[in-house]
Amino acid sequence: MRKFIDSLSSVWMQIAIWFVLLLPLMIGLGLVVKSMPLLQENSLIGILSSSTWSPMRGDFGFLPFIISTILVTIIATAISLPLCLLSAIHLTQYAPKWLLGFMHSVIDILAGIPSVVYGVWGILVIVPFVGDNLAPFFNAESSGYSILAGALVLAVMTIPYVLNMLIEVFNNIAVEYKEASLSLGATYWETIKFVVLKKGLSGILSAFGLGISKALGETIAVLMVVGNVVQFPKSVFDAGYPLPALIANNYGEMMSIPFYDSALMLAALLLFIIVIFFNVAARYLIQKTTVTQ
Amino acid sequence: MMNRKKIEEQFFRLLMSLVTASIILVLVYIFYIILKKGLPSLSWDMVSRLPEGGYYFGKEGGILNAIIGSFYISVSATFLAFIIGLPVALYMNVYLVRRPKFLTMTRFVLDALWGVPSIVYGAFGFTIMIYFGLRTSLLAGIIAVTLLIIPIMIRAMDEVLRTIPKGLMEASLALGSTKTETAFKVFFKQALPGFITAILLSFGRGIGDAASVLFTAGFTDHIPEKLTDPVATLPLAIFFQLSSPIPEVRERAYAAAVILIAIVFTISLSARLLSKKFKKHQV
Amino acid sequence: MESAIVIKNLKVSSKEKLILKGINIEIPKNKLTVLLGPSGCGKTTLFKCLNRLTDLYPELKVEGSVFIGEDDIFHPKQNVTDLRQKMGLLNQKPYPLPMSIFKNVAYGLKLKGVKDKKILAEKVAVYLKQAALWDEVKDRLDDSATKLSIGQQQRLCLARGLATSPEILLADEPTSALDPISSKAIEEKFLELKENYTVIVVTHILRQAKRLADHVIFMYDGQVIEQGSPKELFENPQTETLKKYIQVGY
Repeated sequence: MRKFIDSLSSVWMQIAIWFVLLLPLMIGLGLVVKSMPLLQENSLIGILSSSTWSPMRGDFGFLPFIISTILVTIIATAISLPLCLLSAIHLTQYAPKWLLGFMHSVIDILAGIPSVVYGVWGILVIVPFVGDNLAPFFNAESSGYSILAGALVLAVMTIPYVLNMLIEVFNNIAVEYKEASLSLGATYWETIKFVVLKKGLSGILSAFGLGISKALGETIAVLMVVGNVVQFPKSVFDAGYPLPALIANNYGEMMSIPFYDSALMLAALLLFIIVIFFNVAARYLIQKTTVTQ
Repeated sequence: MMNRKKIEEQFFRLLMSLVTASIILVLVYIFYIILKKGLPSLSWDMVSRLPEGGYYFGKEGGILNAIIGSFYISVSATFLAFIIGLPVALYMNVYLVRRPKFLTMTRFVLDALWGVPSIVYGAFGFTIMIYFGLRTSLLAGIIAVTLLIIPIMIRAMDEVLRTIPKGLMEASLALGSTKTETAFKVFFKQALPGFITAILLSFGRGIGDAASVLFTAGFTDHIPEKLTDPVATLPLAIFFQLSSPIPEVRERAYAAAVILIAIVFTISLSARLLSKKFKKHQV
Repeated sequence: MESAIVIKNLKVSSKEKLILKGINIEIPKNKLTVLLGPSGCGKTTLFKCLNRLTDLYPELKVEGSVFIGEDDIFHPKQNVTDLRQKMGLLNQKPYPLPMSIFKNVAYGLKLKGVKDKKILAEKVAVYLKQAALWDEVKDRLDDSATKLSIGQQQRLCLARGLATSPEILLADEPTSALDPISSKAIEEKFLELKENYTVIVVTHILRQAKRLADHVIFMYDGQVIEQGSPKELFENPQTETLKKYIQVGY
């Protein structure tokens, strides 16, 4: 009896672990199979480089969506990464311990807010702010539903992930490196600039990579504030249409138009591959640092 | 020279404190706005009634369908993720500790899965649905959310198990029990509070996610009766009501956001309290 | 006898306990002083007080004074960075800065304001030779310092510490992570350097203290128990604690 239970749970463990290990492959494969019909009609390069989006006529050009995705991601991370870096240095090098503990709670809460709530907040605060304040300030017309609004909401959403990782990176740097630098006559700030930042470099890069991959895939919150117009945005105050929003917005019609579902699955596949790439690159970097340390 | 160095340091210290303060302020501001907008239209009807005829034009009713639907999906998905995740976490910490390369690779895969956007899980869930000839349904929603929270669940349980001393396992092995029994009994007892935290964490993530259920669960005004019925979810209820042109409906979206936040934070607060308690009892 | 460092009534406490219970000692100039004692006796804390690295540990509360020459390093208005440059530091394990071999040695010089590339190159060579590392690294000065062996790294740290032309060398169990050959090289270096520098070595190894010391300070439980020349101390210990320590050997 005991043998039986033993082997049963052993078998269950094996099945479960292989299921998990093969899951990324299954996801990739599933999406490839579904996007095949479209890929048999059009070349991948053609789809990626075409800017005509007209599903009824069978034109599926991804370029406007790719550009929107890149713009939103770059602006969002350009805002959030420096902020996180500054805050992480402050928290780990200068701030009293209680503040670091308090910030851990802040980070947890920020990370726990559902993305649809960020979207609501974006509509209530960020969109009018961009439309009524920022755009006029730069002499631009904007409804507020724009690339910039999406990027601002995303910037806030990526903060908890990046900040959390950066704090860990800085906390893992041995205090002896700081001792060495100080004993050579450096001020505390010089020590941070020349030694702490350098020692943490690969960790910092990897936190940035995670932030970017998080930003690339975020869907609902961005979808709610970014405007969703298929076009090449001329400025950040124009509406954009990132890939995740494209997928999420058209699930209703996709079954009634030929190849539409195939196109959306291809979009999901693209997203999957890019995000995995950034993720793996980031993890690889952090692994390398923890091994050498 | 000395002075310039000092000024630079002072400047950056000020800047860094401001950034930290502004992060805290943003969090406060998000809560302030959502509560300010949502509380006025929050009512008992919202949480206790189904949408009635004309609800989406501002008439009577509530979003009980979405609240129940979200719980159906999240509870079942958490349960499934636990059943799959527990053996994996145990396997990693009982068997794989002796194969560090394989263990590192497993953690690597889990981290990668953790980073996959929920819309991709939604799309993948959709391909499974099509493959099995399913329509948007409770079952499909459960599958998509399960996949989404499996990596979260396993990594959280893995962190708990890693802290358990190896000697514990070896000691109980010496008493003559077979390996799997050791795994399930000793580890499980030691790790229980941490596991509850992991479960609550995954549940909170599952109930708040919209993109994964968008394709798979559908939306309906009714409470589903079977696994193949479509089902409404709270995040989608917020999303849809917010796109309505009618102000009353949009205000209910804000109220629904308050409900969602309340649920998510009740869960994460209990997770925190439990994990604190857990840490206290650790040797 | 002239003193390089004078410590007056130094007390250090953490939240839980008093780590140093009032230390009063003088460290002789251009001699090699060994701080001896079992682990946990407070010698490392005392050591960190010497160049005020206690700043990095906010949980420590420090009272009293440490005079480096004329200047009290704990005086609130003291320019700590200049005083620290008077002391070179060698840790238990080498912690090369995350930069090239050359930049590690040039780091302190650059902080002092030396910018001329030629002077930098000359000085780096001089100090690498002093630390007996030059021949091994002269062809790869731009390599990352982490590529060196542990023994080489420790000598690099020595060169780095010498480069700011300090008057005092502080070494906290500098050989504990090294192989016997590197250990011997470092010890020989110390004996050579004490002609021109005040060297302070923290150790718990009795035999190392006997080999190196001109002056021994024996600590136990946050207090200085005995001090004097190694001959006096080891052949004629006055206290039970030291007698026992000498017998057991750690």
